[in-house]
Amino acid sequence: MLSVSGLTKRFGGFTAVKDVSFSVEEGEILGLIGPNGSGKSTTFNCVAGLYGPSSGSIRLEGREIGGERADRVCHRGIGRTFQIPRPFRNLTLLENVALSAYFGQGGKVDRAQCWRLAEQALDLVGLPVDPRAGTDGLGAAALKKLELARALATQPRLLLADESLNGLDQGEMEGAADMLRRIRAERGLTIVWVEHIMGVLMRVVDRVVVLDHGEVIFSGRPAEAQADRRVIEVYLGAEES
Amino acid sequence: MSRVALRPTRGIPPLAWSALGAAALLAVPILIRYGAPGSERYYLHILIQILIWSFIYTGWSLMGRFGLTSLGHGAFTGIGAYTTVLLWNVAGLSPWLGIPVGIGLATAAALLVAYPCFSLRITGHYFALMTLALTEFVRLCIVGWRDYTGGSLGTQPQRAPGGVSITALQFEPDRVLSYYIALALWALGLWMWLRVDRSMDRYALDAASQDEEAAASVGVDVTREKLKITGLSAAMCALGGAVYGQYQMYIGPDTIAGLGVSLNIVFGTIAGGLSVLLGPTVGAVFTQLLSEVLRVAVQGSGLTAQLGSAALALDTAIYGALLIFFIIYMPKGILGTILEARRRRRAGAP
Repeated sequence: MLSVSGLTKRFGGFTAVKDVSFSVEEGEILGLIGPNGSGKSTTFNCVAGLYGPSSGSIRLEGREIGGERADRVCHRGIGRTFQIPRPFRNLTLLENVALSAYFGQGGKVDRAQCWRLAEQALDLVGLPVDPRAGTDGLGAAALKKLELARALATQPRLLLADESLNGLDQGEMEGAADMLRRIRAERGLTIVWVEHIMGVLMRVVDRVVVLDHGEVIFSGRPAEAQADRRVIEVYLGAEES
Repeated sequence: MSRVALRPTRGIPPLAWSALGAAALLAVPILIRYGAPGSERYYLHILIQILIWSFIYTGWSLMGRFGLTSLGHGAFTGIGAYTTVLLWNVAGLSPWLGIPVGIGLATAAALLVAYPCFSLRITGHYFALMTLALTEFVRLCIVGWRDYTGGSLGTQPQRAPGGVSITALQFEPDRVLSYYIALALWALGLWMWLRVDRSMDRYALDAASQDEEAAASVGVDVTREKLKITGLSAAMCALGGAVYGQYQMYIGPDTIAGLGVSLNIVFGTIAGGLSVLLGPTVGAVFTQLLSEVLRVAVQGSGLTAQLGSAALALDTAIYGALLIFFIIYMPKGILGTILEARRRRRAGAP
């Protein structure tokens, strides 16, 4: 569904991502992991259109999307969340999500329909607070849910979840993982989950791609990753010592 | 849970109040005729000025409320007014055609400056400075092209025979007619404001004013949305400027173009309330009454003798001081603050 090949992104003299290639199959949950600074967020942001790649290609269902603007990428069917939630604090929860439903589909949908889609998306992520409330009273977990609801409201076929469960407790992490699984089941979505904590992710994803210093060092099944020497070295090594 | 905005919109007074208000406004000329027979023209003049400036302020607030602080609107009112008058004076083109041309030119100028700003993500102070440059550019053009524009002294539309003329769109001698024209313009402004407020674009612009990248990530074409509102805002100000010129039967670089006008628009709108329907109107009442009071006070005192024409700049100085006061102590403006206080009281919050 998504294929990234030879992706390189340089910021001035610094190469954040070097010749990264991987692909995502329809219907799977792919984990994109790596320690801080490994280039996963940069890769993610290149796919989502926030950065233009320096070289390489990004194809969604065969069509090149590398270098397209973020709003166009969204219209093509890629929804994203931000690692640190970026709610529109001057709007209510429902407005946050409804505008995503409207503009995420290129403004070609009925307005009444957008409010319904927004309510559905809020239901799906389980945001039980008053949808007409503002975002001020929300905690970290609820803000992440709002991010997810906004991305889902754009009716994506591919969801890029910059989850980073840092800051959530064990129960909330499990909840977030379950939610991604449930969303795939209900919506038939393909999901790329970016994360730097391995624990919970490994039980949910079908495959993992591990990045280190901007390069892919492993690609395969989660169980194999946990046994891979290089992965353990650069990634888990620090945790075990 | 503070800001509980109601869907689909907020800030519309109940229908009954609107109808009552409309009836009262329509009846004003009659009330003045019987209430103040001697000074009918004077009171109507003040009301007409308030209504026209309310329309211009409302046009500015359409983009100002989304954090797009433009100091370029003095250019748009100027382009609207000067294009209309010059086409009439030089080419004999009726304002009915001249005004659309002026609106077109002002919109084009707005988009020309705004497009690079928006696509290069120039926001905040830098956007204000870019638009400020546009204002100064237009003023210099007016002053420099003095054979046609009258330079810094300004110029007048050639009077159509008979005073009131439909083809020349001249209505100034008939103050009651002028009042109704200004009232219609003002109502058009409110209607535009409501249309924007109820549109999905409003949410996109609110979102973009908060976080452009996040807005883009949910599919908002941020540049396009901002250009749309900028174009609309400039067009409204050009129309307001043109009507102002037709009513005053005089246009000058200080009265309808230039930085003074830009600042007056910004100040008036912020003073009244940037993001409520009638905020700009309250702002216009405030600025027009203020300048009228100051004018009378200055003329009545010995100040003019001592300061000469510099006394006329006194109101600008006081505007400046008040602007600082409003930005610091009353950022929601007069009406915004009142509405908020009333809402708090109703909600029973402390």
